[in-house]
Amino acid sequence: MRFARFAARRLAEMAATLLAASFVIFGAMYLAPGDPASFLLSGRSATPDAIKAINEQYHLNDPFAVQYLRWLGQVLQGDFGRSIEYRTSVSNLLAARLPTTLLLVAMALVLVMAAGLALGWIGAVRGGATDSTILVTTTVAVGTPSFVAAVLLQGLFAVKLHWFPSGGTGTGLLDTLWHLTLPAVALALYLIGMLARVTRSAMLEALGHEHVTVARSRGVPERSVILRHVFRNSLGTVLTMGGLIVSTLLICTVLVESAFSVDGIGQLLDLSTTTKDFPVVQAVSLIIVGLFMTVNLAVDLLHPLVDPRVTLGERRSAA
Amino acid sequence: MSTTTEPHASTGPDAALDIRGLRLNLPGTARPVLDGVDLTVAPRETVALVGESGSGKSLTSRSVLRLLPPGAVAEGRVLVEGRDVLAMNPGELRRLRTHTAAMIFQDPRAATNPLRRIGDFLTESLRLNAQVPAEEATERAVRMLDAVGLGDHVLRRYPGQLSGGMLQRVMIAAALMGDPTLILADEPTTALDVTTQAEVVGLLDDLRGQFGTGLLFVTHDLGLAAAISDRVYVMYAGRIAETGPAEELFQRPRHPYTRALLDSTPRLTAPRGRLAAIGGQPPSLRQELTGCPFAPRCRLATDVCTERAPALIPVADGNPQPHLAACHHSDQLTEVTADA
Amino acid sequence: MTTATLIRRRPGLAGIRTDRSWLFRICLGFVALLVLLAIVAPWIAPHDPNAVDLGSALAGPSGAHPAGVDASGRDTLSRLLVGARTSLLGPLGVVVFSTVAGVAVGLAAGWRGGWLDSLLSRGTELVFAFPGMLLAILIVSVYGPGLTAPVLALGVAYLPYVSRLTRSLVLAERERPYVEAYRVQGHSGLQISLRHVLPNIAPVVLAQSTINFGYALIDLAGLSFLGLGVPPLTPDWGRMVFDGESAIQSGYPLSAILPCLAIVMTVVAFNVVGERWADQVARRDR
Repeated sequence: MRFARFAARRLAEMAATLLAASFVIFGAMYLAPGDPASFLLSGRSATPDAIKAINEQYHLNDPFAVQYLRWLGQVLQGDFGRSIEYRTSVSNLLAARLPTTLLLVAMALVLVMAAGLALGWIGAVRGGATDSTILVTTTVAVGTPSFVAAVLLQGLFAVKLHWFPSGGTGTGLLDTLWHLTLPAVALALYLIGMLARVTRSAMLEALGHEHVTVARSRGVPERSVILRHVFRNSLGTVLTMGGLIVSTLLICTVLVESAFSVDGIGQLLDLSTTTKDFPVVQAVSLIIVGLFMTVNLAVDLLHPLVDPRVTLGERRSAA
Repeated sequence: MSTTTEPHASTGPDAALDIRGLRLNLPGTARPVLDGVDLTVAPRETVALVGESGSGKSLTSRSVLRLLPPGAVAEGRVLVEGRDVLAMNPGELRRLRTHTAAMIFQDPRAATNPLRRIGDFLTESLRLNAQVPAEEATERAVRMLDAVGLGDHVLRRYPGQLSGGMLQRVMIAAALMGDPTLILADEPTTALDVTTQAEVVGLLDDLRGQFGTGLLFVTHDLGLAAAISDRVYVMYAGRIAETGPAEELFQRPRHPYTRALLDSTPRLTAPRGRLAAIGGQPPSLRQELTGCPFAPRCRLATDVCTERAPALIPVADGNPQPHLAACHHSDQLTEVTADA
Repeated sequence: MTTATLIRRRPGLAGIRTDRSWLFRICLGFVALLVLLAIVAPWIAPHDPNAVDLGSALAGPSGAHPAGVDASGRDTLSRLLVGARTSLLGPLGVVVFSTVAGVAVGLAAGWRGGWLDSLLSRGTELVFAFPGMLLAILIVSVYGPGLTAPVLALGVAYLPYVSRLTRSLVLAERERPYVEAYRVQGHSGLQISLRHVLPNIAPVVLAQSTINFGYALIDLAGLSFLGLGVPPLTPDWGRMVFDGESAIQSGYPLSAILPCLAIVMTVVAFNVVGERWADQVARRDR
């Protein structure tokens, strides 16, 4: 079957790229000045015992290739080693923090989709002053980094108006959602602007097609014409942005979680980078790259469903 | 090829289509793109509207569904079954477009949404506007597909999976979905190859008889117009130049433009010789027109032609259908056969 | 594929067109003013950006401190002005590095093809999976905070965007008749590509680099915000936002809002200018 073959090929490509990424992530510690043992221990007491322990944990006396393959084998079994700073297994750290980050990213994704698509729709259909306002607003949104949005939102809605907590993660689902609202908005803002613009131009392009006139000529109500023939036809373009959207959301959690003291993996990446807790940095990097590639794979596999003209394996350029 | 429908007196409230003095102004133009068009289609009648590109023939047919370009200002009346399309409210307009008049477009590939299945395309206007249940609409779609010679497996296909000829059949089926009294065909064969053209025209003619609809067939192809229609309108620069029963108009054209068009059409029966191209260009929309719009290209033109616009007046009698031409010198034209 | 689709644009930003040329002019003027201010900053800054006056910490605007004072008692205006240097120099480094190296790699890959070409496409694949910010954080975690390592990391991360663009432009340019004419006259490939091909593709590459500048500024300011970029005392907009966070918590937001505004306005200005150039290039192409 064609689909199975295509999926298999894309999976193999993804595995190859992930392998290369893991090599970069593992090899990075050999770029450090000095020997790896003192790098891994940097800033902590380098007693002979500690050095011995780290050498044993990382098998630093083995050849590089052996070390890498051993590490890779462990990672594939879900074992990311032990955190030097927290003195616990990295997997435990991740398990405790990953759900928060995924919830935050999911909330932001919902916001991006809802607001981005709606603004793009309104801009394209209404035109005139509404459209210009949306264009100017989204131009500013696209120029606003997530941490700037985080700090400004915090200052206004948490400190000044007390509508939302200024940080932390909260306990229980409702409380957590309440705590994560401002971070999610900060995370989403840039992408809302971007998606609104993409949607708008894709819909304007779709509006110019003759089949839209034909649908109108057949008495299809205007709202249905826009939904079924204009909006529907711009979804393919939106879908191709999926990978970019998710990777941007993931990497920006580092900034937003730090700004709002949300204890997710983004904040963990920031903390462990500052403390040079390299096993944790490796693990979080791998997860971000892996998630991004998974989403990209999903986009590639979904695309033919959204656009029957797309033959598997070739992307239509996002117009 | 035309069936033996009895031509009616083609005016009055019982006409399928009755356009009276339609004038259409577009922003940024010096003269109206349509300038006082009068046109009727009786029930069950086939009428051809012939002209070069830019003559306003497509605009005329589109105005029947009020598909006007942005900024267009229309005057006059466009009566479909006696009701003025230009004065309809949105609800009435949707009902007209769903049930009373349907259009078949030039390029079926461009006219269908590539992302939606044929079944969805056929049924959407009934489901979304007339609130016909999905099964009922699909049932009708199957019957219409059968009428145009396609099986119901087409319902699940996407437009990209059908050939141009099949897709134009689908378009015809779509036009018949709402059981209209009037079908507007806007150059429905131009985008197709020659063999398919004949099929589609034949099919259209059959179905018109079978379903009892009036047909306004817009084309630039005189031969095609002669083959399919009961009556013909020849349009030039937004005005009707000549109209009359198909056979008579082609045998005895009374407007130099119709004559020139006939002379420039290749025909197998005519003796070999050079085809006479019409010299010059149709008048631009940017300049105002005084007198006859065809005068600069006309070999019969005299001073009166550039001074005064000719009225559309009867040029022959003894016919059940009037033969009209807008030319100051229509009596100078001889029969085609004698001249060719 | 047209050039316009190859440039990695701010998606959808192409809407800013001729009819909004006033916006373009304002943005171009803002960029020019900013560069000028950054150059002369040390001479026009009213105070030493690191001079601490704890007595007037968090004070509002006054004659002595037109933009107020931050939580550590440092003059905000002076830090903004001097900070413009770091905030612009970093992205400039990224853009210069990625442009020069990217054009070199792209030229070689496009002109020679072969293994270099396939290496480039593999590398592009890898870098697309690696957000520039992540690569920078990875490098910082190895080398420790500082500006050099992240600038290099981002330079590497942005390189494939430039080289991929250059490669496709070179491929198109190679087919033009004039190249063959020079070849027949005995000019070497290197000579032709440097003296004739390069000037022809330069406008497109520069438009791309201008857009990259905005991305790089966001990434570097983000790193500084995390405390992973510039050293603590160096005035820098991203760092100022981080410092200002505590001021916001105490209800004095000015010292955080101003660097935020500076970042947003600069990024927007570079985006608008870059997109406009990209549009012009695309139109010239057609």
